[in-house]
Amino acid sequence: MREVAVVSFAQAPNVRRDSDRNEVEILMPVLHEVRQKVGLDRSDIDFVVHGSTDFQAGMPFSFVAALDAYGAWPPINESHVEMDGAWALYEAWVKIQTGEVDTALVFAYGKGSPGDLPDVMRLQLDPYLLYPLGVDPVGLAALQARAFLDSTDHTEADMAAVAVRDRKNGTSNPCAQVVGDFTVEELLSEPPFVAPLRRHDCPPISDGASAVILAADGRARDLVPSPAWIRGIDHRIEAAPLGNRDLTVSASTRIAAEKAGASGDFDIAELHAPFTHQSIILEEVLGIDSSTASVNPSGGALCANPLMVAGLTRVGEAAQRILDGAAGRALAHATSGACLQQNLVCVLEGDG
Amino acid sequence: MTEHSFTAPHVIAYDYTRSLGPVLSHFVTGLRDGKVKGMRTSTGKVFVPPTEFDPDTYEDLGPDSLVDVADSGVVTSWAWVSDPRPYHPFDRPFAWALVRLDGADTPLVHAVDAGSAEAISTGMRVRARWASERSGSILDIECFEPEGAQ
Repeated sequence: MREVAVVSFAQAPNVRRDSDRNEVEILMPVLHEVRQKVGLDRSDIDFVVHGSTDFQAGMPFSFVAALDAYGAWPPINESHVEMDGAWALYEAWVKIQTGEVDTALVFAYGKGSPGDLPDVMRLQLDPYLLYPLGVDPVGLAALQARAFLDSTDHTEADMAAVAVRDRKNGTSNPCAQVVGDFTVEELLSEPPFVAPLRRHDCPPISDGASAVILAADGRARDLVPSPAWIRGIDHRIEAAPLGNRDLTVSASTRIAAEKAGASGDFDIAELHAPFTHQSIILEEVLGIDSSTASVNPSGGALCANPLMVAGLTRVGEAAQRILDGAAGRALAHATSGACLQQNLVCVLEGDG
Repeated sequence: MTEHSFTAPHVIAYDYTRSLGPVLSHFVTGLRDGKVKGMRTSTGKVFVPPTEFDPDTYEDLGPDSLVDVADSGVVTSWAWVSDPRPYHPFDRPFAWALVRLDGADTPLVHAVDAGSAEAISTGMRVRARWASERSGSILDIECFEPEGAQ
């Protein structure tokens, strides 16, 4: 296997509604910044891949237009996934493993503000058995939360504590969207939203973009003093029907973590948990020791959750702390689909 | 040169029909007839809605393995929608639920018309409220309601 590292990360400020800029205009400064940080010219990037979804833009092949933010002339080696950018990063990692390329730019964008996001996102559900019912991802997450509360000793206060932790962490992240100092008691005094979920248990709707540059060994050390090496990366998926899987554990995360070698101690863990109970499920299945590991130092998806972006941002935020020398070993996780259906786990390490 | 040109008709249309396939088509036809069908797999488990592939052996499962299950069962999880959205099935508060029908091993997602959040709980029994006109769709079950409710 070739050693591959994250050498640069940049992101746009996450906001509820970036009404003055289209997707290309949101992306362009991010793509400039991520290259500028390591002094790479367009001609130095061997491969470009990004993640986004046409459902948000409301038009087919909308991702082609996003290439205007990068430029497609002279011709580039390019790909796209209709998935979170974390899966685009996986494709780039595989591409570098083939030996065909040494550097890759990975980016993702999501503008959730133009439509009614829960209404748009229910289009991803089974078209015969779920879509006609009118159920949306928040309703499904609430079913998962109730099953989780019924089958464990955890309480709604434990869920609120996740929101308190993440949104406090978010106060030091200038790109975070919903942040603040709250107490569990304050949050629990709020009325239910889709019970047992309250508003604070749910992610905000965000407009955002992020980008990462990967480089193979030989290039990475020339670009940065302490590359964030990808020591393991794997992704797994579970059956789509909610009744066919145990919603209270994340079997696919467990398998992905085993395959990625995500055991032992971590300095930080960036978990893509859009809902509070999902963070607890993930921390348990990943064996995160919160007494030694800082969980979601960026604030995580409860502070900003641009669709198709938030997973890649978790990898970027984890890698940035290794690039800065603030962490030696980091775990990053991304999720996709309803109720943690598909999960990616990435282990990042510094040289030390 | 025009006499050397080839021409062909070109019609742009979405002129296809969707098939629900060998398993789901039996499921929704059963719903139209007021019956719920599940799929029995190699381990003897019954999946409702029916699965097309055996989750343990990955074998194709066909209509021969379909079995009838009851139209009543227990709530295994629920979520209370106090403020319904325009695309929801009710304009009054209702519950989403996972309902495991008698004779089935897996629950299905549907709505429960319970009236109030106090009237629903995990483990409670519910039964299907059948639509008066049925067409072969998951909506042939209008919703579930607490057993004993009139």
